[in-house]
Amino acid sequence: MSTTHDEHKATRSTYVIGFTLSVLLTLIAYVLVSQALLYGWALMLTLAGLAVWQLCVQLFYFLHIGSEQKPRFNTLALLFAVMVVVIVVFGTLWIMKNLDYHDMTPQETNTYIQEEEAIRR
Amino acid sequence: MSKATVLHDDSKTTLGFWIYLMTDCVVFATLFATFAVLRNNTFGGPDGKEIFSLPYVLTETLILLVSSFTCGLALLAAKRSDARQTMLWFVATFVLGAIFLGMEINEFRNLVIEGYGWRRSAFLSSFFTLVGTHGAHITAGLLWITVMLRQIQTKGLSTHVMRRLTLLGMFWHFLDIVWIFIFTIVFLFGAMPS
Repeated sequence: MSTTHDEHKATRSTYVIGFTLSVLLTLIAYVLVSQALLYGWALMLTLAGLAVWQLCVQLFYFLHIGSEQKPRFNTLALLFAVMVVVIVVFGTLWIMKNLDYHDMTPQETNTYIQEEEAIRR
Repeated sequence: MSKATVLHDDSKTTLGFWIYLMTDCVVFATLFATFAVLRNNTFGGPDGKEIFSLPYVLTETLILLVSSFTCGLALLAAKRSDARQTMLWFVATFVLGAIFLGMEINEFRNLVIEGYGWRRSAFLSSFFTLVGTHGAHITAGLLWITVMLRQIQTKGLSTHVMRRLTLLGMFWHFLDIVWIFIFTIVFLFGAMPS
């Protein structure tokens, strides 16, 4: 199990490693934004990557996921939750973006296409 | 313990609680999705860049991260059957959590005073709902820590108390993980130079 039977795997050093990595990842993300080191999609993807990285760090070092005995029901439940979360979040964004697109006036559609295709007006 | 597929009673409890946490993930996912859809619908009101102070939020983030760490140290102390150290680290966790919650309430209060409450725009409605739900969880966690401190005092680190402490630890670490995404998606994305 995640925390009861594999407790010998949780030591002070795993918590220190997890904590240090988390602080570092948080500070990197913060500096990227506050110093404006990246822009637009590159920045967004980097920030998302750093957040997911920190998620994995904390799952591994704080919640000891993946170190439980088989059968790994905790990991399975986690993977299922990740699937649901991805469907809910990206499904919502996709549907709402599509709805927005079809709800535009012809003028708005024109502007949108010009901006998307980077056509200079 | 044998490697048989039979689960020990305690591990059933942690698995059950883990599944509750996963459903809580789905609750937060719907709130994140709502926020992501509505974040540009400011209705003439302010956007994230105008109202969020990044250094302030970074401080909140680091405080919550340290509290997650002290919570881990409390669990380690509990495993060594060191009740005094366990209580000490849990008190530290409580104080840090309370500071975090206080900072969040203060931020909410200032926004409302400036006229940027949840009524102002869809963006602010979804912001208050998402961050407020996390704050409500933190409040529940603080209550739980208080109850457990009392139980350690009266019952010592018995099997039952140890099991509850393990669940409390999972809950607190989970809240920190949710906050990483609030920090990234609400505050960092909101403050991005565009």
